[in-house]
Amino acid sequence: MTNNLSILSLLVRNEPAVLTRISSLIARRGFNIDSLAVGETHDRSISRMTITFRGDEYVKDQIVKQISKLHDVIKAELMDVTEMVARELLLVKVEAKNGQRGEIVQAAQVFGANIIELSQESLTLEMSGEVSKVTEFIEFLKPYGIAELCRTGTTALGKGQYILN
Amino acid sequence: MKISGAQIVIETLIEQGVEMVFGYPGGAVIDIFDALDRSRDRLNYTVSCHEQGAAHAADGYARSTGKTGVVMATSGPGATNLVTGIATAYLDSTPLVAITGNVAQSLMGKDSFQEVDIRGITMPITKHNYLVQDINKLADIIREAFAIANSGRPGPVLIDIPKDIQVGECEFIPGKPNGSKYKTRVKEEELERAMKLINEAERPIIYAGGGIVSSDATEELLQFADLIDAPIGSSMMGLSAVPHDHPKRLGMTGMHGKLAASKAMSMSDLVVAIGTRFSDRATGNKKEFTKGRKFLHIDIDPAEIGKNIPAYVSLVGDVKQVLTMLNDKLEKTMRVEWHNEIEEVKEHPDSRLEMDDSRLNPQMVIEAVREFTGDDEVVATDVGQHQMWVSQYYKFSKPRTLLTSGGLGTMGFGMGAAIGAAIGSKKRTVLFTGDGSFHMNMNELATAVSNQLPIVIIIMNNNALGMVRQWQTLFFDKRYAGTTLNRRTDFVKFAEALGATGYRVEDKDNLNDTLEKAFQTEGPVIVEALIFNDEKVLPMIPPGRSIKDVIIKG
Repeated sequence: MTNNLSILSLLVRNEPAVLTRISSLIARRGFNIDSLAVGETHDRSISRMTITFRGDEYVKDQIVKQISKLHDVIKAELMDVTEMVARELLLVKVEAKNGQRGEIVQAAQVFGANIIELSQESLTLEMSGEVSKVTEFIEFLKPYGIAELCRTGTTALGKGQYILN
Repeated sequence: MKISGAQIVIETLIEQGVEMVFGYPGGAVIDIFDALDRSRDRLNYTVSCHEQGAAHAADGYARSTGKTGVVMATSGPGATNLVTGIATAYLDSTPLVAITGNVAQSLMGKDSFQEVDIRGITMPITKHNYLVQDINKLADIIREAFAIANSGRPGPVLIDIPKDIQVGECEFIPGKPNGSKYKTRVKEEELERAMKLINEAERPIIYAGGGIVSSDATEELLQFADLIDAPIGSSMMGLSAVPHDHPKRLGMTGMHGKLAASKAMSMSDLVVAIGTRFSDRATGNKKEFTKGRKFLHIDIDPAEIGKNIPAYVSLVGDVKQVLTMLNDKLEKTMRVEWHNEIEEVKEHPDSRLEMDDSRLNPQMVIEAVREFTGDDEVVATDVGQHQMWVSQYYKFSKPRTLLTSGGLGTMGFGMGAAIGAAIGSKKRTVLFTGDGSFHMNMNELATAVSNQLPIVIIIMNNNALGMVRQWQTLFFDKRYAGTTLNRRTDFVKFAEALGATGYRVEDKDNLNDTLEKAFQTEGPVIVEALIFNDEKVLPMIPPGRSIKDVIIKG
């Protein structure tokens, strides 16, 4: 039994309660999701969702089939991890004490993070990257004191000609 | 021309071919009922005693006629009272459109009087549901609801219509029902794989479910069985799909199935499962159930493939269309050895389970009732022991003549379902029920009386919740927690009090005479049959076990 992380991409009708329909289906069928990201597409009547979850072949098969049955779901597809790009956005506020700011700014450069807000007590960074990279950055920041953070969950697109429609 | 939202509901229902609405009025549907009443020459309605009864009636109407059932209720408690009925329809894949009124949109989300979020509540038990927020979309939403309820695997759809939408006005453009039929897309190589599997099998068995009934595929099924020379076992939902006297018929399989049917399943090397979803009550222990055999699964719902039982080969599509494709390609095969093995199992003394006939027993009652009923008369049941006895002993001849809550197992389903069937079929309908189930919704006898419906209600009274009692006898050291009811209900007087007729059968000697009187009575009639309270449903495969552990004697 393999419980690797899988990424499911959905195109859904941008209708009221569509998020509830999907999340409640996932909960009642007993699927465990790690993250769910949702936003409008270039066509305002359609939203795209990216769901990451853990499960064996049975769970993968059922989650796609059950979600596909929902009337508001236009397309549901498991992403081929070798043929996609995936990113997550992180916002993190670090308690930067005197003398530590330099280290944090240097690390931010290495991790490709940007400073987007600065105050006497803290600094807020943004970073986007693969989930593992984001996690790594958070681990690095922990000793400096994280005041709060926000992760969007994974979003993903297929490479090149792999287009969900 | 501009008309009101309430009027749009009525016009669209008529346009969709609806002839009967089951429901119950209330403050938030008063406008729709007003419009309904003013259009009664074109669209009739029946008012129940409780919204649950109306939901079951719409369900029974749909199951018996094949048309979409329509139920209407007010907001708040009216809507929540539909929930069990909608869930019952969902689990048994019945096409149903439920229309609820709600408070005006300006009052929504404020815990207003009789306000509930019925869209949220019914989300897990509908194929889809709507909260209408724009009157301009109302007609198309109703049209879409009917299309969804009927497309693919049928099921219930709910439309919640706030008061302000009902009283608002907009332009109405008449339309037509969406006639687009489901198209099966089975690939040639999938058919070839299925054929190969069938041809290689030595001991194939067909396992037929409710999909045969809803797809009207009896003829194709029987032809298929004949071509591959395989016996047919059925799920409870598929029981009426195979005529009782058909030589290939084995009857119901599973927990309380016919011994020969369950045994034949366990002897097979290939199960061709058609329009069925392998409920736990049908499979028992899945390891034992699947050991040593392959499964060819044919169903319209792709999510059923591999959900409960792994399929070796699957064909997704309308079972009637898939069977036609297979039948066109298959050549007649004889499986003499397998045929003989099956006949041997059927003839085995253990397979001919007769109940103790020294006293009035359920088998006697059911077989005696059958003497009075025609082949196309509908039989509804409630849930429990009597339901299993009907499944085992009633001789069904035609599809859609058995209405029973298979998936949800809803006690109290039967009375409403019988009302819907009597109205839909315009024929006499029989309800088999138990004293426990009947007590749940017996108020609906009043609905049957108001409408002078020809319903013969057979109450098998064992003065206990027999099915649970049976489990307590077998698995709980005879501790009868909560199942000995000591009701003092006089069902004959009850029938009379509500304006119906009532009879009681106390022993086997007056069974036939009483039934004769009952079947000659106009309007609804109750026949209460007093049965032994430790009468058991046998055989029984204990939950989670296999045919090896079957209990044959009580």
